[in-house]
Amino acid sequence: MNYQVSEIRKDFPLLDKSFHDKPLHYLDSAVSGQMPLSVIERIRQYEMHEHTNVHRGVSTLSQEATDHFEAARTNVAKFLNTASSKEIVWTRGTTESINLVAQTWGRQNIKQGDEICLTEMEHHANIVPWQMLAESVGASLKIIPVDDRGELCLEELSKVLSPKTKLLALTHVSNVLGTINPIKQIISMAKQQIPSLTVLVDGAQAVAHIPVDVRDLDVDFYVFSGHKLSGPTGIGILYGREALLEAMPPWHGGGNMILSVSWNKTTYMASPGKFEAGTPPIAAAIGLGEAINYLSKLDFKEVHAHEQKLLKRASEGLKKIPGLRILGESSEKVSVISFVVEGVHPHDLGTLLDHEGIVIRAGHHCAQPLMERYKVPATTRASLAYYNNEADVDALIESTRKSVEMFHG
Amino acid sequence: MGNPREIYQQVILEHNKKPRNFGKIDDCTHQAEGHNPLCGDQLHLTLIVKDEVIQDIQFEGHGCAIDVSSASLMTTAVKGKKVEEALKLIHGFRALVRGEWSLSKHGELGKLVVFEGVKDLPVRVKCAVLPWATLQSALNGSSIASTE
Ligand SMILES: Cc1ncc(COP(=O)(O)O)c(C=O)c1O
Repeated sequence: MNYQVSEIRKDFPLLDKSFHDKPLHYLDSAVSGQMPLSVIERIRQYEMHEHTNVHRGVSTLSQEATDHFEAARTNVAKFLNTASSKEIVWTRGTTESINLVAQTWGRQNIKQGDEICLTEMEHHANIVPWQMLAESVGASLKIIPVDDRGELCLEELSKVLSPKTKLLALTHVSNVLGTINPIKQIISMAKQQIPSLTVLVDGAQAVAHIPVDVRDLDVDFYVFSGHKLSGPTGIGILYGREALLEAMPPWHGGGNMILSVSWNKTTYMASPGKFEAGTPPIAAAIGLGEAINYLSKLDFKEVHAHEQKLLKRASEGLKKIPGLRILGESSEKVSVISFVVEGVHPHDLGTLLDHEGIVIRAGHHCAQPLMERYKVPATTRASLAYYNNEADVDALIESTRKSVEMFHG
Repeated sequence: MGNPREIYQQVILEHNKKPRNFGKIDDCTHQAEGHNPLCGDQLHLTLIVKDEVIQDIQFEGHGCAIDVSSASLMTTAVKGKKVEEALKLIHGFRALVRGEWSLSKHGELGKLVVFEGVKDLPVRVKCAVLPWATLQSALNGSSIASTE
């Protein structure tokens, strides 16, 4: 295989660090992906030589910043294979994108008695905004259950959907189980049953692992965060079909999103401008564009094979530890492994691993209903990225084994 | 930062495996719920306080070893003690896990000193404190405690 992870690792300064005098093993990319130097340098370049505001009049500096900012939008549009870059709205992240849709499209289209269909494996970001909307308009939530392997019970889909269902909002990849949901198939089944259905997909955990083509998926809204894609924090994406975005009312009001303002009547820009009130995080948007450039240079098939190899090694090694159980054993999953150990609380394990230089996440992963489903208060989760190597995986297995031994005594 | 392996001493591991006073007093006079929203730890304390003395105390809930052993050791430490003494222990314990404890100011803490090492694990201080914050709420007559 050509994939040279040792070369790729050179692009990530943080991976070279030591922690508590031990080499750092960053196994927490589902929380946030590390940025390659080219992204960090691009942001620095903007801040040192190009910093100003966008969409501000006649200065050459502002025009150039606007060009870079819009070029980054075009990059995102290509990355998702949208019909036009007008379908890409900048937001602060996945959470804000979902809230934007809930508060604009949702308020316009979801009425008393209507139903919103979610799944049992959603992140709080794709639950709470819908609960808030449902509560305020008198709609209700319907939930597609998850089976013991961590896959959606697709046979339930047709029963959960009803003529009252206005929206299906679901995650592409589970941040806890790693499950890759068969989004294309689900969308096609759901729209066959209810042609007027709108579908929103939370791509936060998908974009770093699988190629996304929104037109092939036939999805109406697709959302993700820059920082899960080796980009900076504070920037995210809302993709929406152009016709849908055009029909939606604006959300935040202010500068940038208007055509003209007077006491009698204010008119708004066309989308995406209509949804981008105020000064955006310009450097972050340009940084995300650069992250996409970086990832586009990697061979996706090789990345996939590399991640799957690490996933297999980690799963097999961890399973040998007495009392350890992996949550999420879907046949289609990304390199995310959640596990629980009999008699060892994830936070204690997290503290012990942290001391060995191993960065993982322990907790409910903002998916409390899913924790309830599996009757666990929390899990330990290791998430592997294209820059992880076998040494990272082996350190995880060995330190987990040692820590569990101490507890089991 | 200290080595967490030293903090997870025998006493803590043992109390985590076999927590003392685990359960619920149905005819309690005082009770409180403790939450650590960051990690989802939950604790329910029930007490019988008569004549300013903690006659009985039990806890239930789920949490990490530091939280559970702290609750377990706390119940054994305050059972039979005067409310006033328990409040003093609460202050002493908080000072201990923050690295601010002194004998002259806070008095003896007995077995509780096994938690001293928590001061070197800043992210875990809240776990150790949760049972004590919950006890304080129960004794003050408020029924909810949160570490946030
Ligand atoms: C599946 C999923 N959805 C939504 C989010 C929220 O992303 P953000 O906090 O960047 O808005 C996350 C982040 O952990 C996630 O994993």
